[in-house]
Amino acid sequence: MYDFQYHKAKNVAEAASLVGNASDGKLVAGGMTLIPTLKQRLAKPSDLVDLGGIAELKGIKKDGNAIVIGAMTRHIEVAESAEVKKAIPALADLAMHIGDPAVRNRGTLGGSISNNDPAADYPAGVVALNATVITNKRKIEADKFFKGMFETALEPGEIVTAVSFPIPDKAAYMKFPNPASRYAVVGVFVAKAKDGVRVAITGAGPSVFRQKDMEAALSKNFSADAIKSVVQKPDGLNADIHASAEYRAHLVGVMAKRAVQAAG
Amino acid sequence: MPSVSMTVNGKKASGAVEPRTLLVQFLRETLSLTGTHVGCDTSQCGACVVHVNGDSVKSCTMLAVQAEGADVVTIEGLAKGDVLHPMQAAFREHHGLQCGYCTPGMVMSALDLVKHNKSPSEQQIREWLEGNICRCTGYHNIVKAIKAGAEAMAK
Repeated sequence: MYDFQYHKAKNVAEAASLVGNASDGKLVAGGMTLIPTLKQRLAKPSDLVDLGGIAELKGIKKDGNAIVIGAMTRHIEVAESAEVKKAIPALADLAMHIGDPAVRNRGTLGGSISNNDPAADYPAGVVALNATVITNKRKIEADKFFKGMFETALEPGEIVTAVSFPIPDKAAYMKFPNPASRYAVVGVFVAKAKDGVRVAITGAGPSVFRQKDMEAALSKNFSADAIKSVVQKPDGLNADIHASAEYRAHLVGVMAKRAVQAAG
Repeated sequence: MPSVSMTVNGKKASGAVEPRTLLVQFLRETLSLTGTHVGCDTSQCGACVVHVNGDSVKSCTMLAVQAEGADVVTIEGLAKGDVLHPMQAAFREHHGLQCGYCTPGMVMSALDLVKHNKSPSEQQIREWLEGNICRCTGYHNIVKAIKAGAEAMAK
């Protein structure tokens, strides 16, 4: 790991100013991706600004018809939250299957979505639930937040503070995990809400995307049968040693049907 | 160099560290607590698991400075003098190890499991161990040991 200056921010404003004033500053949330990246010398930030001490970024609360989760809330806290389990059990289930227990004890919602790994779980939940990402500057709709591989709408110095998840009528997340890393080879989050059905796919493409043919079919008839003839094309999907684009395309259909069945 | 202070196994510990020093390096090299092992060094194998403020973490994937003020427990902090912790005793009784390299991390992860689930089933134990790799593939007895250790702790 290259050396850097370390700062522990007391609040969001201080974190924004510390990272803004650094020549090449990086924010660290749980560090479950960033620290391994630094160890491999794939990044060389001048300064690391730790968000771990900022109380205002932690916590889960119900706000009207939404569950609002602070950016520094850890996966284990979402997985075990009575509030989340009651309102959006699919989201608690998603959090419970990220990485392994030690990763869930450090990794955070804000860190996961700001990093936007193509195989991360949370982006699928954020998009399918039509969540709103709240930052220190503005509110960003889920559909406009995830831009591409490891790329989001966040501007330099912009910090995710919370995510507001509208409570759906029903939802489920199904993933085919890589057996070693537990990242999604393909993960499908299906959510049925007042304004329609949303189907978000992670792991399959360069970034999370919506499967609109499935959404249209499920809006008419919310059953696994309704999407059995929907074909996910492999064009543009990821291909690596773990799975070809064709296999991922096939998994999108399988995981989507299982998610619809699980949502009930 | 910044200095860092924390409580390790109930005792105050501090030292000067570079910001890039990992928690596991601080434990092993500064405090000479070499019971915590580094296996893969890529946050996959779990040999380096310790407890930070009661939660299992991979100490190869946390900076020492991030543990400022924290309460850290390592494998050395479990036994009371010559009396092994019930989970350690169960690992010995059930031969939950072959080479022993993964054992400190297995025991620390097992204790975090028992914190969440006092009476885990075999399936739940196997799922919980997804972040701990035994290079000897000695999982069968590790799982038996954890089940017995959890039962002993409930008494």
